[in-house]
Amino acid sequence: MTRCSGVGTGPGTMKLNERSLAFYATCDAPVDHAGFLHKKGGRHTASHRRWFVLRGNMLFYFEGPGSREPLGVIVLEGCTVELVEAAEEFAFAVRFTGAHARCYALAAESQAALEGWVKALSRASFHYLRLVVRELEQQLAAMRGTGGDGEVTVPPRRPKENGCCSAVWSAEPPAAGPRCPPLPPRRRRASTPDRPPDSAPFAQLHEWYGQEVRALRGQWLGGQTQP
Amino acid sequence: MRYNEKELRALSQQPAEMAAELSMRGPKKGSVAKRRLVKLVVNFLFYFRTDEAEPLGALLLERCRVSQEEPGGFSISEWLPPSPPSRPGCFLPGHKNLFDGPRAAQGFIEDPERKYYFECCTQEQCQEWMEALRRASYEYMRCSLIFYRNEIQKMTGKDPLEQFGISEEARFQLSSLPRDRRAACVGTQLDELD
Repeated sequence: MTRCSGVGTGPGTMKLNERSLAFYATCDAPVDHAGFLHKKGGRHTASHRRWFVLRGNMLFYFEGPGSREPLGVIVLEGCTVELVEAAEEFAFAVRFTGAHARCYALAAESQAALEGWVKALSRASFHYLRLVVRELEQQLAAMRGTGGDGEVTVPPRRPKENGCCSAVWSAEPPAAGPRCPPLPPRRRRASTPDRPPDSAPFAQLHEWYGQEVRALRGQWLGGQTQP
Repeated sequence: MRYNEKELRALSQQPAEMAAELSMRGPKKGSVAKRRLVKLVVNFLFYFRTDEAEPLGALLLERCRVSQEEPGGFSISEWLPPSPPSRPGCFLPGHKNLFDGPRAAQGFIEDPERKYYFECCTQEQCQEWMEALRRASYEYMRCSLIFYRNEIQKMTGKDPLEQFGISEEARFQLSSLPRDRRAACVGTQLDELD
């Protein structure tokens, strides 16, 4: 498997199928947004002018529009996009949460370009797109009088009782658009001690599912011989 | 290629659409199947050693092909773009050619050197995973959106995206899809996509 050099330090770099990424970046389907941006390398380094291409939830950057391979990619899931006060005009930032979180300082070349990029990037996440799709599917189901419960891209599943290592669940991020109602999480699986509160805030739900993963891992480990 | 590894690692810790312990084998010749915790989050498939919290790696699920592998597993492989000049159905010695689907018609071939294999416990589990993976791409989601938008518009005469203020966004227009997908998205059943 091809190794892709990550920006982080620490034991063992995560592998990523770099060629898939590069192919997705350069395939000839229409892109969601493209243009020159100035990217700051670090706090005290100069900006580089790069050709940026937004496709899906990924922001690729190239040396120039004719480059065959991207220099890098920023996976946009979970980021926020904000305008910033900076020495540079038309500056904005792509910010991630968490300890020592990364913040990408970018600058467009005009006011119109700035607005276009901020708009495009703030709705680029897969989570957001999935929310909208689910909402539309519910609307369509309601119109057709099937009264569907909003079952969307994941087909209905029966709980698995065979003790085999499979867990299925889904969680919803908070509403992103002006009207999207928060959707309750849907879960189907065997043996859960208790259920998450349906109307809990997202952070709580997230933590609950995190606990579930740890519990599952404990179960799986229990079934294995230790080295 | 540089990438924001920290954020990708954080993504791997989020609630998953599907997670299971599966037997996994990489594409390298002579590679051995190993038990891995495999986790589907948005359009990435993360895989972990079963006793570790940090992922070993991730597979991007855009533009990939998910196939059944007898007896009880599936594979994920990358499509190779046709090298110019391309003719539909052109044959490259040493490579497996697939004469099905719109990509094959454009001369895309599957790369046997970039194929990851997964073994499931049951046929049912295998089907579930294949379904989930097939739909775990931004491109599939985009198609779904355009499809539902079109259906609702046909029924009501109104654009359902207007209420969200996103009806003009380029990414939600039919023209944002590759040519080979446009007819499928608005003409027929969604299931006929790929």
